Amino acid sequence: MNKTKALGSIQKYTMVLVLVLVVLFFSLRTGGKLLLPQNITNLISQNAYVFVLATGMLLCILTGGNIDLSVGSVVCFAGAVGALMMQAKINMWLAVVVMLAVGLAIGAWQAFWIAFMRIPPFITTLSGMLVFRGLSNVLLKGQTVSVTNAAFVKIFGGGADCYIPDFFGGGAGHNILAIVVGVVGVAIFAVATFLSRASKVKKGYATESLISTIVKTVVIGAVAIFFAVKLSQYKGIPTALIWVALVVAIYSYITGKTTIGRHFYAVGGNEKATKLSGINTDKVYFLAYSNMGLLAGLAGMLTIARLTSAQPTYGQNYEMDAIGSCFIGGASAYGGIGTVPGVIVGALLMGVINIGMSIMGVDQNWQKVVKGLVLLAAVIFDVVSKRKKS
Amino acid sequence: MAEILLEMRNITKLFPGVKALDDVNLKVKKGSIHALVGENGAGKSTLMNVLSGIYPYGSYTGDILYDGEECRFSTIKDSESKGIVIIHQELALIPYMTIGENMFLGNERGKPWAIDWGTTYGEAARYLKMVGLDEPARTLIKDIGVGKQQLVEIAKALSKHARLLILDEPTSSLNESDSKALLDLLKRLKEDGLTSIIISHKLNEVSYVADDITVIRDGHTIETLVKGVDDISEERIIKGMVGREINDRFPKRHGVKIGDVAMEVENWTVHHPLYTERLVCDNVSMNVRKGEVVGISGLMGAGRTELAMSIFGHSYGTGITGTLKIHGKEVKLHNERQAIEHGLAYVTEDRKGNGLILSNPIRTNTTLANLKGVSNRGIIDPDKEYAVSEEYRQKLNTKSTGVEQMVGNLSGGNQQKVLLAKWMFADPDILILDEPTRGIDVGAKYEIYNIINDLAAAGKSVIMISSELPEILGMSDRIYVMNEGKMVGEFKGSEATQEGIMSCILRSSND
Repeated sequence: MNKTKALGSIQKYTMVLVLVLVVLFFSLRTGGKLLLPQNITNLISQNAYVFVLATGMLLCILTGGNIDLSVGSVVCFAGAVGALMMQAKINMWLAVVVMLAVGLAIGAWQAFWIAFMRIPPFITTLSGMLVFRGLSNVLLKGQTVSVTNAAFVKIFGGGADCYIPDFFGGGAGHNILAIVVGVVGVAIFAVATFLSRASKVKKGYATESLISTIVKTVVIGAVAIFFAVKLSQYKGIPTALIWVALVVAIYSYITGKTTIGRHFYAVGGNEKATKLSGINTDKVYFLAYSNMGLLAGLAGMLTIARLTSAQPTYGQNYEMDAIGSCFIGGASAYGGIGTVPGVIVGALLMGVINIGMSIMGVDQNWQKVVKGLVLLAAVIFDVVSKRKKS
Repeated sequence: MAEILLEMRNITKLFPGVKALDDVNLKVKKGSIHALVGENGAGKSTLMNVLSGIYPYGSYTGDILYDGEECRFSTIKDSESKGIVIIHQELALIPYMTIGENMFLGNERGKPWAIDWGTTYGEAARYLKMVGLDEPARTLIKDIGVGKQQLVEIAKALSKHARLLILDEPTSSLNESDSKALLDLLKRLKEDGLTSIIISHKLNEVSYVADDITVIRDGHTIETLVKGVDDISEERIIKGMVGREINDRFPKRHGVKIGDVAMEVENWTVHHPLYTERLVCDNVSMNVRKGEVVGISGLMGAGRTELAMSIFGHSYGTGITGTLKIHGKEVKLHNERQAIEHGLAYVTEDRKGNGLILSNPIRTNTTLANLKGVSNRGIIDPDKEYAVSEEYRQKLNTKSTGVEQMVGNLSGGNQQKVLLAKWMFADPDILILDEPTRGIDVGAKYEIYNIINDLAAAGKSVIMISSELPEILGMSDRIYVMNEGKMVGEFKGSEATQEGIMSCILRSSND
């Protein structure tokens, strides 16, 4: 009995274990270069858009394994709109609002057809992928528009100085703010975890064993502190991390603690039963795809800031990064299963493989081969482990 | 002593942590109909899966002797080549293929690169005639009813030269007349030398059709009853199944006051959602009072489920007309949410398809219809949710490891309890229970009946749709009879009889 239990918990954290193994592998193969402060910082800044898009994609996938193919094009289109506005010297915050609004509007357009007309998401978003790629080209007249608004670039994680200023006066290489944020964050996390456990025990509810709670808290805390130290050894907290953290925190909360979040899981688990339980399933689809548009707008901002320009080719294959992260992170291809933290692990895994191979100087094309196989392996694992259970 | 076609000796099958079969023995005589009965989870289906090679040789211990020789099947193909064909409860037919295509699926006539359609349909017609199905072999499966689909399955089995036919709950989705026709067909095929094993919960059918009855309980063979030698009445079989006598299959309600009319429909007419000219419910009027249990009897396809779902926030049908009054006030319910808010609950007949989220735990299934009850401004209170689901789990005696157990891993009866818990937590005044005991075992049925009685005692109104006449008769204060979309009769519970209800249906069909 204990053995099956142990196996179960190993299964639950498989992707975390895989992530650890992959990190170890690349650390060895790159002679430790992977874990250099600069690379750790890059891991976050370079992949900020993946974290954001994958979180949105999770909601779509939860509704029943449905994906959104248009996100790459929407990222590009929203970015193009913003870049042109800023080129015309329009107030940056107005541009930010317009970019988010454009993303949301596109999302709502597609969501309308998917939710209320029941056009298959695959086809609706395939159309969106073509339409908005084309429109981006038209809007930019096929050219590169540079983003010169320094404040915008800094706030959304681009340029040379995209870090939060260190209020504590530490310089580059020993940023104090990063350490403080890391330590305080971990402390809050640990206290919250044990308070919630204590209250469960008091009320006599089922809890994890004390040891596993401690182990989990220590591991998560250690990783967070490790990140904080690495960030501090480089230039501090990248501004992109704020946006990622915000998105992850908000959506973890929505999916985990709210009735709306529960509706996403229910629809993916059994749509008919959900409808008969008095839940408006059309609305759930509408929310998932509208929200995906909104987050694509945010990802558009992160993208043009990081690349300090908008080009008609930006955002290509972003949808694949997002979808891949979800499935590697344990979302079910049939819907109803998946968590935001899982998806983040999936995105990190992809990111580490990317950076690791780049440091090793592996050819771009081979990188694609490896990523493709990792995705397949993850889904095979998901399907096979479920089959064994039943 | 008749010749033995099949003997299964000392079969033991282990699943991780569970002994599903423990030293089971089964002897089936050539040219007989052998019934296998037992509560859900007793191991009947497992035994048949061992026999048909779904659980291959080596994954169990014990011997299978078939036609005098020992068999070691490792796939279904192996057992089929010997003439052992199993027909599962869920029919394995493809809706958009013809009867003929389905019949020879995986067993195509002609050559692999050139299917001989002439032979296919010619042979199909021959087998269809053998089972007495009067449909062209080119009809699409989706266009014929479940009863006929079941016959196609049998024809398909015959086309594989079946000598031993295994039927798992063949009549669970058939109405009385289709069931009778199917059982009579089995008897006729028996005359031609076909041996069958039938798994069924419907004991009246078992008594009617079986020559021998083997009772399995908790993975053990308890006894084999032989027609003409032993008593094979329903009561006797139940005693074997549950290991005790159930004197009163339907618990009595004592001193429940029946109050005012809680819900009333008048001239309720519903059209089919696709074929909109077709009437599914035709000018139906009915009511239910506080504290009353009203049964709706009728054959499969009489329009009972459609009536219930159309009342429940128009979740079925188009062009719905008529008035619906709740507590005397006319209301218009346009969706399920409004129905729930007006105190209605519809507990579906299809608990896996329309009722539960099998991949979710008991906890989330219990609260799905009333998330408001465990949340505050859209934020779920996990403690409250846990407490609520645990409370119902204990109240309804749902056998499980805890509220975090996946509903998909529960037995049918316990799934039904979770479904009931979900709707009880939605706190309705009027519950419509659609086939609340379908496919669940005798013990769990009794518990469900007790729950229904408690609901009535608490002043709720219960409408129970059921195809099992004894259940309708045993549980209802008042009984409506529905046929072909119309209400064709109303009886007081104390005055109704099986014959009365059946003749009421037959008379209305003849008009």
